[in-house]
Amino acid sequence: MDILLFLLLAPLIAAVVVYALPNHPVRDWLVRLAAVVIAGASVYLLATAFDKGTQLVAFPTEPLGLAMTGLSVLMALFILALGVRYRKPIAVALVLVQTALLLWFELGYAPGMHAEHNLFVDEFSIVMALIIGVIGSAICVYAVPYMRTFQAQHTEVPDRRRMFFFVLFVFLSAMFGIVFSNNLAWLLFFWEVTTLCSFVLIGYTKTTEAIDNSFLAVQLNLLGGIGFAAALLWLGMTQGTIELDKLVGAGAAVALVPATLISFAGLTKSAQLPFSSWLLGAMVAPTPVSALLHSSTMVKAGVYAIVKFAPVLTGTLPGLFVGLVGGVTFLAASAIAVTQSNAKRVLAYSTVANLGLVVACAGIGTYEAVWAAILLIIFHAVAKSLLFLGVGSVEHQVHSRDIEDMAGLVTRMPRVGVMMLIGMAGMYLAPLGMLISKWATLRAFIHAPGGILFLLLIAFGSAVTVFFWAKWMGLVIARPNRGENIESRVPREELTVLGLLAALVVGVSLLFPWISKVLLEPYVFGLYGKIAELGQDNVIIMLLMMGTVLLLPLSLLYFRTGRHRLTPYMGGRPTTADMRFAGSLGIEREMGLHNYYLEDWFGEKRTFRAGVAVTALLIVLMFAGLALAGGFA
Amino acid sequence: MNVLYAIVFLILAPLAGGLIAGVDRKLTARMQGRVGPPVLQPFYDVGKLLEKEHVIVALSQNYFVLAYLVFIAFSGALFFAGGDLLLVVFALTLAHVLLVLGAYSATSPYSFIGAERELIQLMAYEPMVILAAAGFYLATGSFYVNEIAAFPRPLIVLLPGIFVGLFYVLTMKLRKSPFDIATSHHAHQEIVKGVTTEFSGSTLGMVEVAHWYETVFLLGLFWLFFAWSPVIALIAVAILYLAEIFIDNATARVKWGFALRSIWLVTLVLSALNLVVLQYFGGL
Amino acid sequence: MAYMKRSPWIIHYDGSSCNGCDIEVLACLTPLYDVERFGIINTGNPKHADILVVTGSVNEQNREVIRNIYEQMPQPKVVAALGICACSGGVFRECYNVEGGMDRVIPVDVYVPGCPVRPEQIIDGVVKALGVLEEKRARMKAGAPAEATV
Repeated sequence: MDILLFLLLAPLIAAVVVYALPNHPVRDWLVRLAAVVIAGASVYLLATAFDKGTQLVAFPTEPLGLAMTGLSVLMALFILALGVRYRKPIAVALVLVQTALLLWFELGYAPGMHAEHNLFVDEFSIVMALIIGVIGSAICVYAVPYMRTFQAQHTEVPDRRRMFFFVLFVFLSAMFGIVFSNNLAWLLFFWEVTTLCSFVLIGYTKTTEAIDNSFLAVQLNLLGGIGFAAALLWLGMTQGTIELDKLVGAGAAVALVPATLISFAGLTKSAQLPFSSWLLGAMVAPTPVSALLHSSTMVKAGVYAIVKFAPVLTGTLPGLFVGLVGGVTFLAASAIAVTQSNAKRVLAYSTVANLGLVVACAGIGTYEAVWAAILLIIFHAVAKSLLFLGVGSVEHQVHSRDIEDMAGLVTRMPRVGVMMLIGMAGMYLAPLGMLISKWATLRAFIHAPGGILFLLLIAFGSAVTVFFWAKWMGLVIARPNRGENIESRVPREELTVLGLLAALVVGVSLLFPWISKVLLEPYVFGLYGKIAELGQDNVIIMLLMMGTVLLLPLSLLYFRTGRHRLTPYMGGRPTTADMRFAGSLGIEREMGLHNYYLEDWFGEKRTFRAGVAVTALLIVLMFAGLALAGGFA
Repeated sequence: MNVLYAIVFLILAPLAGGLIAGVDRKLTARMQGRVGPPVLQPFYDVGKLLEKEHVIVALSQNYFVLAYLVFIAFSGALFFAGGDLLLVVFALTLAHVLLVLGAYSATSPYSFIGAERELIQLMAYEPMVILAAAGFYLATGSFYVNEIAAFPRPLIVLLPGIFVGLFYVLTMKLRKSPFDIATSHHAHQEIVKGVTTEFSGSTLGMVEVAHWYETVFLLGLFWLFFAWSPVIALIAVAILYLAEIFIDNATARVKWGFALRSIWLVTLVLSALNLVVLQYFGGL
Repeated sequence: MAYMKRSPWIIHYDGSSCNGCDIEVLACLTPLYDVERFGIINTGNPKHADILVVTGSVNEQNREVIRNIYEQMPQPKVVAALGICACSGGVFRECYNVEGGMDRVIPVDVYVPGCPVRPEQIIDGVVKALGVLEEKRARMKAGAPAEATV
């Protein structure tokens, strides 16, 4: 299928061209052009493939397979060399183990295994491709002015923007590879490419902190990679198939071992507890990296793999424990997010939490759960990328990542402020997308075996997410000290991308019935033979709510007139418009307002430790359950 | 879904809610050995508020409060129309977040802290409400209120833990002692007036009317436990509300930490027990 | 309908009072006198209040505060000065730190002298203030400014 190849190759070509050029407006234009082309191609894929169900493509295995093995070795050597140079023995050990396993498979078993179809596309791939192609490209466009400002503001960081954009486009290509690969060995190759991209990009600033965090990321991802390679080996030794469609179709009796091992890899890639520290550490990277890799796409690759295997995991003990890891992660990460005041850390923990919800759905693996999982993936990708990019723009003007410094953003940067409010609302408020997904998730949990535990986790977790999003929204809206409007300094291109993403948040929420009908329901039906859907009247109600929410701001016009403006109450103390008041002894004081962070309740160290303990146990139980190889429902 | 019931709710609920509020104040006064205001007092209050000058602290606050009123009314209407209980719960959450945002936009220290406390309130009772919806589903097989109400067996027997948990949380939702940590009705003060500090005149009137809508909705929620017999349901709901008034008068406000902790503990224990028993032995 | 008269909410502010009058005001809220039967509630928030009930006199420290609280109340509003200190400064009028009665800072509508002022007198005073409040509301509705001219 030509469009698949185009999507795989176009970003690569763009990467090479972009790398060949120096920092120059021409290169910027090429980046934008490439972004538009890739986005357009993704939409073209949607238009041509949406109604064709699962299409398997018989693409020749060699010589690509050999090239992949060679490249894998080269990548491993690269990490090895850097690991030695920066004295990271764990990384060195892990890369050696993984490469050994991979080579054992490639040389020992792969020649004897013939994959009939190496590539494929189905509705889920289309969804993922749209996320990668549209949102990913938008982030690349945003990165152009962002990185320009970044280098200008951080003169101590060596200007490696050529490499930066090169890696961004290579990454996009690898992500397409992940979602179009039917051959698991190929999937692993692309998986490892994304690990490498993440490694390079996290270390972009080359500070000690950045390098340490990039190695942390590579270590945890390699750990997952070992699991993946082990799965391939097992398939080789048992003379199974390495084709995804055949494996998933074969069911738990055949595929449970590789499914569990690959789910383990997925857990590391998606930064689930106990492997979440790398994602938090990755926040030192420039914001486009956080938006692209560490919220919308790369971490989605992890949950993509687990969701793909959901039909295998459903009703099994390993599936149950994978799901519980996700559920506990959701609760713990949400709780920790309450205590964070660094905006990027809040977003990172929220990402971990939402991915946990997806993993929980995938582990439960019923038709409803898979439907809910994909909905969650879509809405999270859109809203979270908007938020990360928004934080990036704000950081460049306000010079701080602290939420407390974003107080009054609606007066200082009105459009960015409103768009961030849309993004935040999109993460948890009805009638926007995430809420719909949570609603679907609840219904999926309630029907699942062992569902009550999941219900408790989501009930408490949701309550906590409301808290930290609403308090951030409130801070953006409150105006303790009326600052001046500094929005004119934000590059127009950044505003355009933010606007596009904000429109997507609203648009995708409005369009979800259509998305569900056209893409999700056929996918779920194809796997399970059952339709998961919302009731017709519920759809109407949600659209009604949406309409109301969109129309209500018109009331602001009415409320503008004839109102007498008063100052807020300060216990009788006369206050100025920017909240300075006359304190005792006549000294003028400034008022400061801070959010509650509930440190004593959900303190990061304590909660993280508890979460790690529980999830580590759950993973042990997952493997134990695998050994017992039982279904239990 | 019965749109007629929704419309009846939208028109009658403020009247019913106001009367209930009036009876509440009268009984409270009698319990305190006073005469108390006339039963129609809440209507006089709202009428007066509507006659006051229009003042604002922030341009957007009225929008938020209006949106709050609209969505409280919406969720109540959806409930009485027989709609999906989960959607009702989420619409209610949306409404309260809008109120909180209105308080934030006013930016006085009192409304700010009131808003934070209101969020803590939201965090405290949200699990219970979600688990109650789940409980109704597990007991009756449906999330739709009209189907739950039509269920032949008494839900109070199937969902006693959920019932007690909801009752525990009701105190907080009705803004009564000991859990009135964000703002309190009328004579009680909490951080001046907490969430509603900077609202006055018609804005405050909207908050009051929204509270009436919510009260009627909450009583309707409790009705569901006794829906199989309307007479018993009416008596039960009346007794519940009287109990709330009594608790309000007999207790002092607790610290928010205690409120959050105890509500979560009660939620966890009672819901988990109830749901587990229901799931595994409910068929018997 | 005369809602204003049936639902007057008060805010009580103590200027430099010895607290004698304050205690009498609070006594009005107790079951013995029970002003809530008139719909009166003591809100602590000027933005919610209709009647500003002041005790004690004005001094340098509190004149801006009194002014601020008065201005934060939405129209229509009335001020009732309770106790002789609020009316004119009382026995402390000649003191170096006392400016005088409340009408130095804000327009007062009803004066209720006494030292301390008795609850019955307070209730009488507030009822008289309600009459003034109604007048102001009518004037406000008719479009004229509702400021006190008394």
